[in-house]
Amino acid sequence: MIGENLHIVVCVKQTPAATAALQYDAAGMPVAAQWAMNPFDEYALEEGVRIKERLTGKAVVTVLTLGAAGAIDAIRDAIARGADGGVLLSSPDFAGGDTYATAYALSSAVRRLSKDKGPVDLLLFGKLTNDSDTGSVGAQVAALLDIPCTLFVRKVAELGGGKITVERAVEDGSDLIEMDLPAGVGVTKETNEPRIASLKGKMASKKAEIPTWGPADIGADAAKTGRKGALALWGVPTVPPKRSGGVAIDGATAQDKAKNLLAKLRESKLI
Amino acid sequence: MADNKDVWCVADAKGGKASPGLFELLGEGRKLADALGQKLCVVLIGKGVAGGAELGAYGVDLVRVIDHAAFENFTDEAYARALAELAKKHAPRLILLAGNAFGKSLGPRAAALLPAGLAAEVSELSFDKAAGAFMGSRTCGGGGFVAPVSWTAQPEMATVRLGSFAKAAKQDGKTAEVAVEAVDPSGWPVRTRFKAFSPEESKEIDIGRADVIVAGGYALGGAENFKMLRELANLLGGAVGASRRAVDSGWIPYRNQVGLTGRTVRPKLYIACGISGQIQHLAGMSQSGTVVAINKDPKAPLMELADIRVEADLFEVVPAIIEELKKQKLA
Repeated sequence: MIGENLHIVVCVKQTPAATAALQYDAAGMPVAAQWAMNPFDEYALEEGVRIKERLTGKAVVTVLTLGAAGAIDAIRDAIARGADGGVLLSSPDFAGGDTYATAYALSSAVRRLSKDKGPVDLLLFGKLTNDSDTGSVGAQVAALLDIPCTLFVRKVAELGGGKITVERAVEDGSDLIEMDLPAGVGVTKETNEPRIASLKGKMASKKAEIPTWGPADIGADAAKTGRKGALALWGVPTVPPKRSGGVAIDGATAQDKAKNLLAKLRESKLI
Repeated sequence: MADNKDVWCVADAKGGKASPGLFELLGEGRKLADALGQKLCVVLIGKGVAGGAELGAYGVDLVRVIDHAAFENFTDEAYARALAELAKKHAPRLILLAGNAFGKSLGPRAAALLPAGLAAEVSELSFDKAAGAFMGSRTCGGGGFVAPVSWTAQPEMATVRLGSFAKAAKQDGKTAEVAVEAVDPSGWPVRTRFKAFSPEESKEIDIGRADVIVAGGYALGGAENFKMLRELANLLGGAVGASRRAVDSGWIPYRNQVGLTGRTVRPKLYIACGISGQIQHLAGMSQSGTVVAINKDPKAPLMELADIRVEADLFEVVPAIIEELKKQKLA
């Protein structure tokens, strides 16, 4: 790791804090009592903060969120955990988008951040969100910015000299991939162990001024954002019917139950 | 709507041969192509791609081959550009990719380059002839929900949730037409360099391919108790799976994890030992053929939805099953 200045942007989403009690309203939007930073995004934030701490040069970690006004809490949480600042993208025009429309807005915001705060070198994303389960936005933001990107990264192996080398987990092993910066990286939960907020961080997060940007602020065409810009649409999520009609295996002892289970499996030609 | 044609199933050709994820797509791809009255095409991207004609045995009409040294290994940047260029040239109607690391990386980037609408984690797909549109459903909400999906433009793109579609049946004797495509990456900027692949060898059967999975949860209490499950899995010719908590505890590698943050499996038989059945776990195994739950707690979610439930202490009943199986094998 060599000393150089880096501008790192971490994209996070605010999602329902517990998916066990998740529900959706008639418009297909999640309803939850508590909201928090998407748990998968915590690893992306932590990786950004760790990279900043390792560098001897000056690094800035900016958090970018698209969501309702309340999503500002996810940015405050990120600042409390080491990010330097954040921007909320929030506007009725951004609502109801698919991953492409969302990526269009985020990539437009990254362009503005590059102008305002210096070129963005590294974009970090979580593996997926716990409410929509897509995991597509990161790759699409990188594509729209025309920068390289690698997902399923379980380790940032090297960073320096305008390059990043990452270890990607694949089904039968791992790939080592080098990319020129600027680049996008989607991390898995194997990368690190996210920290909890420090007292100093909490103080900073309270004081932080977090701007809210709409389409006009990021030079985005409002007709291409949100529901209007969506190329794929999803309806209201429902709980699929549970499997039912199961049978119980009886038996006085564990041995009897074992015998009866095997008889049942054999009868069903499963073994 | 545009006049796009054909169903495309996209795969990488690691070492010249189509990767296994492709075969998850072909059965359903054939049905959808028939519903459209069009061709089922496979797009194979790699270096030294061999054959392709043999995919005809899986119902494939045409194999489009993109073969160049630049595609020896999968990188998001080069592959996405190749797929997007090919799709712009031929205007396919539907593009399917497997929901593995490859498909979930390539799909969204290629979709953004086209641009095309992409639905991720699709578990059902059909063609509505009256509407002239594809309709599908996808998993969301941490795996516990399904939502209907539709598209507003063509081509329609989807990554398919692993294990959702039945694997294609093989019919010998048929061959597919092979078309070598002129996609030339030599002038493209190279900003991604593939350095090395490190295989993770495993003597065990991979859970993605196993017909039988014996899975254990936190109730196992330690790594040593997974030996018992491994023995049972061996006797049944199967593999060992695990819940997230068992993996997080370091008792068994991540590759064995079944569930939302692990892998999605679809064995013929899934035997869950001491797994309560949190929604995240169910997300990874609910497509299994027959689910057996062994648990002391009859109220555990997995006990309530299992096809066969055994209310018992796993530390008593699993050894009893092993003993009984050994006895029966000897007899």
